[in-house]
Amino acid sequence: MGEIIEMFSAPVLVRALIVGVLVSLCAALLGVSLVLKRYSMIGDGLSHVGFGALAVATVMDLAPMAVAIPVVILAAFLLLRLSSNGKIKGDAAIALISTSALAIGVMAVSMSRGMNVDINSYLFGSIISVSRGDVVTSVILALAVLLMFIFFYTKIFAITFDESFAKATGTNADLYNMLIALLTAVTIVIGMRLMGSMLISSLIIFPALSSMRVFRSFRSVTICSAVISVTAFVIGMFISYIADTPCGASIVCVNIAVFVIFFAAGAVRSRKV
Amino acid sequence: MALIKTENLTLSYENMTVIENMSFEVNPGDYLCIVGENGSGKSTLVKALLSLKRPVGGSITFGGGLLRREIGYLPQQTNAQRDFPASVSEVVISGCLNSRGIRPFYSPKERKKAAENMEKLGITELKNRSYRELSGGQQQRVLLARALCATKKLLLLDEPVSGLDPMVTAEMYELISQINKSGVTVIMVTHDMTAALKYASHILCMTEENRFYGTLEKFLVSDAAAFMKGSAVRG
Repeated sequence: MGEIIEMFSAPVLVRALIVGVLVSLCAALLGVSLVLKRYSMIGDGLSHVGFGALAVATVMDLAPMAVAIPVVILAAFLLLRLSSNGKIKGDAAIALISTSALAIGVMAVSMSRGMNVDINSYLFGSIISVSRGDVVTSVILALAVLLMFIFFYTKIFAITFDESFAKATGTNADLYNMLIALLTAVTIVIGMRLMGSMLISSLIIFPALSSMRVFRSFRSVTICSAVISVTAFVIGMFISYIADTPCGASIVCVNIAVFVIFFAAGAVRSRKV
Repeated sequence: MALIKTENLTLSYENMTVIENMSFEVNPGDYLCIVGENGSGKSTLVKALLSLKRPVGGSITFGGGLLRREIGYLPQQTNAQRDFPASVSEVVISGCLNSRGIRPFYSPKERKKAAENMEKLGITELKNRSYRELSGGQQQRVLLARALCATKKLLLLDEPVSGLDPMVTAEMYELISQINKSGVTVIMVTHDMTAALKYASHILCMTEENRFYGTLEKFLVSDAAAFMKGSAVRG
């Protein structure tokens, strides 16, 4: 208990906790739709693009977020376009874009003399990198995602379940897809600093997959994902603080444990039925 | 007055013209089957009827009080859907979306409509079951109930029995026929000539050399019928 109080006395950790909880919440909500639409890899692709953008921005001495957010949003629209109607199939397009961005980022870092760029923190995240600005951005983002989910819940369900039916009955599916892509892009850029670009997509994918093992309706899956995501984040961060392990990796490990438990629970449940 | 009327409709798919100068109309109470081999432009036509594709030439007009977004569409199922965690009632009520504008939640009236359509298709007991746990036939009933929530006048069914076993297929056809008799106009895209001949009041045959549109009686004595029967035997 003492350690928890001690943890909250450091402003850096409090900032990281606020940003992390909000980002986990957003990632989980967006993740349900992305996973069900078979767009999980987009999250992964975007995080690599984010790495490239951050690296280039740092080397060129530009504000990292100001560069990364628009670049990743652009990449999100591009990936969405390619997956829906491209000549190159979606999965190949993602691999193409994410490895390209990764390579460009690594080149940029290696060309900058002195190597004062901490590439490790970009790849695997660091708590110290969360700034005051990140807190503001993530509060705004979280509000945007929550409002979108409440107001457009029924429409998000419709386009996730069956895009052609939704379009046929007059729902502007492309608009909502873009909105989801936009918010995913921002979530990834903000979360990337904390989780690292290699690990951020786990926040999008794990909670949705875990809750789908056990729950059977869209509403319960959505709510459960949000709860799992936030809980796993908080537990992961405590573990990281107490055991002095990297924050991002600790959170992913908690998510793995949750997934295994839910997988087993789901198997038991379906055997009973 | 015709619900849908196309005049000299020309449609293209990836810059290739797939349908040229096609004219037909769908009147209230009709059961129109659209037949034709793969690549004859059936899916492109479906998209155009749903206003998801712009005609290159000619026109599609809606009449008889039918609005564009009031077509009850039953799409072909996608793989992603088969294991989708959604309860049956969530899926069915999502058919009411078109009448709602921007209101965020469903009204009691819409819930009632969903309940009525579930009752009509005999899936009320499945209400709280998960869509992914249902059999193929039950899933199709759920999607049909959803389509009925979206329309009072016209159903557009895209190969509604693909992947179903013969027993369930027969049940599905009976169900569609009953819905048609209760006053809902039906347009069905199908590969199944036998069913088309048994249930349709009108046939639209999309085969390029033997384009045909007319009543079933006229179809039976046309060249198109001879051609389609030949291809049914071959393929």
